[in-house]
Amino acid sequence: MSEKRKYMTEPRESATFDRHTLAEIRRAADTGIYDIRGAGAKRKLPHFDDLLFLGASMSRYPLEGYREKCNTSVTLGTRFAKKPIHLDIPVTIAGMSFGALSAYAKEALGRGASAVGTSTTTGDGGMTPEERGQSTKLVYQYLPSRYGMNPDDLRKADAIEVVLGQGAKPGGGGMLLGQKITDRVAKMRTLPMGVDQRSACRHPDWTGPDDLEIKIKELREITDWQVPIYIKVGATRTYYDVKLAVKAGADVIVVDGMQGGTAATQDVFIEHVGIPTLAAIPQAVQALQEMGMHRKVQLIVSGGIRNGADVAKCMALGADAVAIGTAAMVALGDNDPKWEEEYQKLGSTAGCYDDWHEGRDPAGISTQDPELMKRFDPVEGGRRLANYLRVLTLEAQTLARACGKNDLRNLEPEDLVALTVESAAMARVPLAGTQWIPGANNW
Amino acid sequence: MTTNNLAEKSATENGVYDLAVQSVRELNQALHDQRHQLTCTEWKVLNPKGQHNIAVGVDKKLTIDIQGHAGYYCAGMNKEADITVHGHAGQGVAENMMSGTVRVKGNASSSAGATAHGGLLIIEGDAGSRCGISMKGVDIVVKGSVGHMSCFMGQAGILAVCGDAGDALGDSLYEAHIYVKGSVKSLGADCIEKEMRPEHIEELTALFERAGVTDQDPKDFKRYGSARQLYNFKVDNAAAY
Repeated sequence: MSEKRKYMTEPRESATFDRHTLAEIRRAADTGIYDIRGAGAKRKLPHFDDLLFLGASMSRYPLEGYREKCNTSVTLGTRFAKKPIHLDIPVTIAGMSFGALSAYAKEALGRGASAVGTSTTTGDGGMTPEERGQSTKLVYQYLPSRYGMNPDDLRKADAIEVVLGQGAKPGGGGMLLGQKITDRVAKMRTLPMGVDQRSACRHPDWTGPDDLEIKIKELREITDWQVPIYIKVGATRTYYDVKLAVKAGADVIVVDGMQGGTAATQDVFIEHVGIPTLAAIPQAVQALQEMGMHRKVQLIVSGGIRNGADVAKCMALGADAVAIGTAAMVALGDNDPKWEEEYQKLGSTAGCYDDWHEGRDPAGISTQDPELMKRFDPVEGGRRLANYLRVLTLEAQTLARACGKNDLRNLEPEDLVALTVESAAMARVPLAGTQWIPGANNW
Repeated sequence: MTTNNLAEKSATENGVYDLAVQSVRELNQALHDQRHQLTCTEWKVLNPKGQHNIAVGVDKKLTIDIQGHAGYYCAGMNKEADITVHGHAGQGVAENMMSGTVRVKGNASSSAGATAHGGLLIIEGDAGSRCGISMKGVDIVVKGSVGHMSCFMGQAGILAVCGDAGDALGDSLYEAHIYVKGSVKSLGADCIEKEMRPEHIEELTALFERAGVTDQDPKDFKRYGSARQLYNFKVDNAAAY
């Protein structure tokens, strides 16, 4: 036995060069290509689990859980639009494209969202009849690529979302690999079949906030000022971005944290660009409050929202609504253990599968393969999504009532404490059991 | 009926809008209303004075003469209408046009015809940078020169430049066709010069005919297109990405 083995109980793994890191080095050396994948940041980040609610007791008066009303509805786009969007619940479906998802999956999102009175969002690649047909409230994304963009669909939309970036890749463009560019996808995007579709990272006809202000007016003119216009940003310099978005004329601002998913981009982008959702919300709210626009320009937050507690915490920090993408896909059936054998064949496992760009999704959701698509039933998928959205709402209501609030939007930062110094600093709420908000009042 | 209402009725019926006294909003609404009830097919816009978003979202076979300079996004998302700017046009003229014709008698700023899906854009002067960026089926004729990054990621349609082209012409090009008579400062990634075959002469001849260009000989032009080497990611091309 070597001297080393004699004194060590087991080989020591490097924290710096851990197994994942080593595997990545080997993969890069083998292939010469950076890793592309879907989903959002997988690293551990300060998140909503690091916050707790202070339920009512002596100093606060709770509402009866099953008897007293707790409003969940919200109206978006009250600043300029003639027809703001009224949602029954404050949980919306984030933009996911037809192309990244199958037409059936898009249909299911529409079915599920409509059943509970909320909205869905198109994505890069245009509006499909399946989604428009099933979504009673549909937000039409206006992206740099303008794939499939046309004034007829623009006028069919219930709102327009000008996308500047997304949490998974702020500063990056979209990507849809050739495997998913079928004849229908290619036609909608005016591309040759089978090419890797590269979406530009910035808009082709404006460059800064002053230009954007004119662009937004153009969209309002084309739609006769009927529908709300959202601006979506990936969370980075959120305080400044939100101020500029208000100046540019947004009715609604969508802030997407780095846990927010994507159909496909470089892993290095997903894990190393942007800030956590938790850190972005207080910045956005501060910007709106300083401009006197909080609640006048509505704030939608997305990026890693999984349950009703996350919804309630976003609202308590000042959001008017949230958006879910990854969680909605899971509700539809993505990464379901029933497909474990097939996930294994793809070198993954249920719960970890993120090669959505390859178009081989065993669940038939993030694919354009006709055989795989048949596995997914849009009616059943819609029912599952509606169930999930109802649970999110009930959970958020439960927490709000416990804090004595008869409206989800009455939740406030004062209802929250943090479990860690980091989350206290980011969320700007006190560390549990203290009055300490790191960074506040210069301490 | 108030005096203002009378004025508006009159403008809608005779198709003359004076932007010195009426708003772009009023003009655009009147143009959009033509989709439902056609009151006039010949429109004149007076005193545009560089205002933005003039005649955007038109969806009817109308003739619209803009008597002066237009600001950003003039004729944006146009469908069917024939729109003429009797002056210069700002950024994004005819952006995302679907059909119809837009003619700029003067120069156009950057991103002319950006992402346009169809129709014909004629710029009688020069165009700035990114002319025809991400074009998706529009045909563009520039009688002067175009700036850098023109036809960037051009997907479909024709860009014909009778003057010179700036740096990085046709960068990351898909299937748009580019013809340039003069010099090209540099070609962008994956854009190459291609042989000018008879069918291309024919294509350009037909385009000039549609555009009313009578002083150009298609034989004087060179053709540029995609080398299609970047269509699918290959690590050997990493330097080009």
